[in-house]
Amino acid sequence: MSTTATVSDTPQAAIAPRRIDWLPLSLAPLLMLIAYPLVGSASSWLTLTVAGLAMGMIIFIIASGLTLIFGLMDVFNFAHGIFIALGAFVAMTVLGALPDWTQADSLGLNLLALALAALAAMLAAAIAGLIFERLLIRRVYGQHLKQILITMGGMVVGQELIKMVWGAQQMALPLPAALGGSLIWGEVAIEKYRLLALVIGVMVFFCVIGVLNRTKIGLLIRAGVQDREMVESLGYRIKRLFIGVFAAGSALAGLGGVMWGLYQQNVTPQMGAQVNVLIFIVIIIGGLGSTGGSFLGAILIGLLANYTGFLYPKIALFSNILLMAAILLWRPQGLFSTGNR
Amino acid sequence: MIARLLSGDSPRSRILAVLLIVIVLGLAGAPFLFHGVKALNVAAKILVFIVLVASYDLLLGYTGIVSFAHTMFFGIGAYGVAIACTQMGPNWSSIAVGIAVAVALSTVLSLLIGIFSLRVRAIFYSMMTLAVAFSFQTLSSQLSDWTGGDDGLNFSLPDVLSPSYQLFDEPVFGVTVDGKLLTYYLVFIATVILFLLMLRIVNSAFGRVLQAIRENTFRAEAIGYNTVVFRTASNVLSAIFATLAGVLLALWLRYNGADTSLSFEIMIDILLIVVIGGMGTMYGAICGTTIFILAQNYLEDLMAHGAEATQSIPLLSSLLSPDRWLLWLGVLFILSVYFLPTGIVGKLRTLKHASR
Repeated sequence: MSTTATVSDTPQAAIAPRRIDWLPLSLAPLLMLIAYPLVGSASSWLTLTVAGLAMGMIIFIIASGLTLIFGLMDVFNFAHGIFIALGAFVAMTVLGALPDWTQADSLGLNLLALALAALAAMLAAAIAGLIFERLLIRRVYGQHLKQILITMGGMVVGQELIKMVWGAQQMALPLPAALGGSLIWGEVAIEKYRLLALVIGVMVFFCVIGVLNRTKIGLLIRAGVQDREMVESLGYRIKRLFIGVFAAGSALAGLGGVMWGLYQQNVTPQMGAQVNVLIFIVIIIGGLGSTGGSFLGAILIGLLANYTGFLYPKIALFSNILLMAAILLWRPQGLFSTGNR
Repeated sequence: MIARLLSGDSPRSRILAVLLIVIVLGLAGAPFLFHGVKALNVAAKILVFIVLVASYDLLLGYTGIVSFAHTMFFGIGAYGVAIACTQMGPNWSSIAVGIAVAVALSTVLSLLIGIFSLRVRAIFYSMMTLAVAFSFQTLSSQLSDWTGGDDGLNFSLPDVLSPSYQLFDEPVFGVTVDGKLLTYYLVFIATVILFLLMLRIVNSAFGRVLQAIRENTFRAEAIGYNTVVFRTASNVLSAIFATLAGVLLALWLRYNGADTSLSFEIMIDILLIVVIGGMGTMYGAICGTTIFILAQNYLEDLMAHGAEATQSIPLLSSLLSPDRWLLWLGVLFILSVYFLPTGIVGKLRTLKHASR
């Protein structure tokens, strides 16, 4: 039934001016409202909400790259986690090499070190992404089954390579000195790092949305999503665009890896596989290839994880999967379906 | 008679037939041919994995769906027997109850996953199974009162299958016929029956529809088959066979824990074996499993020698270190997806066609 509905919707949606689908957007405020009486005190509610939003932002940064790759290239990259792990490891190396900057009691130097680490991580992940695309994915465009297999194989190999370079054990990734600890207003405690994550997450969201909606490259990317052959026949080299998007998506994964590693305060070669699960849940909830959807999905996951972690710790471990099941019962295609795929 | 047993799906390659006969004879005579505990353990593991991998092939190779929850069903089977034997004591009825409950649970779960995701898009299914499998792993470690948590469960089996039981006073062909040997042959016979059953299924009319769906879903639907129903059925069948493989594993080890049956590493192993052995060829499960598990158990020793010999060359020795064998397997996996899409079995079959 659901498929017939989307088929008849698509032509209208293409012609009519774009309507914003408000219903899913109201979910996050709704969740906050429901949680308020359950949590009880206003200060813990505020702490939990900010923590949840920040966690959502970090998850979004990780997932945004894969959403891009899904959306434009229709590539099922199960090896996305490997770029996340790579980013985290590179950041660890860079931060480890700058002890004077990270341990200095100056926010400026700390942030500078962090920015350097993030830049290095993004660069490394983008380069790895380029190599990955050229070596593995280039030959399997349009073949979904092979894409899943190949990228899964790439994941295994990548994880082994990381083990070879950095060793197989878990390593600590401490926060720079000025970013540790919390800000306290009255009874509300907010970790400083989560505030930073909130800011970076919102920045990434607006950058991605801005590039997609306001620039010529974004226009071409969106056109490529709609009709690849038409863009090609207008004389644009869509292949180059594809490679660029893949590198950009990998770079975002690298940035996400830095954020996630600092959030967990440790890195392991297996972290990619663990994070993969989270990303997939976010993408399923949001609707494949929809940036707004994955933003919303990440926020919902972050909020729910923090609320349930406070209220019912046993259920918190399964909050993701329960949320996914509930959303899929309501909208089998995810919150925002991108339509043509 | 033999053709009937194999459901008319003969190996179709002389080399493959010889290879299969050697493997089957080797496994059948393993307790008498190879001495030592390790050899028998390896043989039993090969048997269990043949069932597990063949059941995955039913899904991946014949229906063209990638699932990452296969170890979940494997684990359900293993935990089913383990929990039943721990809670109800070592007797046959508790094994029967364990199997019945495990199969029922797997059926319901696989049905639910299928209904949730298979009607939308194949990719949903892959991503969702990954998520569900991880949650299940968390669940099993949370319910430590039942599952023993990270320590797992050690349990005893009915007397006949326990190592202290002796069927004959005198050794037969120099081997004592004890409970362990009987368990091995129980696993062997179960593997043969289950494998032949799966071969029967993929060569039935039902199996042909699955292959049609794999080749061209749209066309299969146009002919009038409800693809969602067939995909879900294949999903449930493969889950049940995986559960039974888990039961065999638990019976053999008399132990079960998350690492032995639920872990994601095993999932990766299954995927590697199916692809390297040959997707959509049940025999690939036999060849692939045997080669893979022999390599897993004996190649590491070989690589250790290689690493020692090349110790002076820094990069090469770290590439050859025994911990890196999965790296080479991953490379082999990728190469075989590209160049040998039908795996070892497919290659052997086409070799024959080329020579004629």
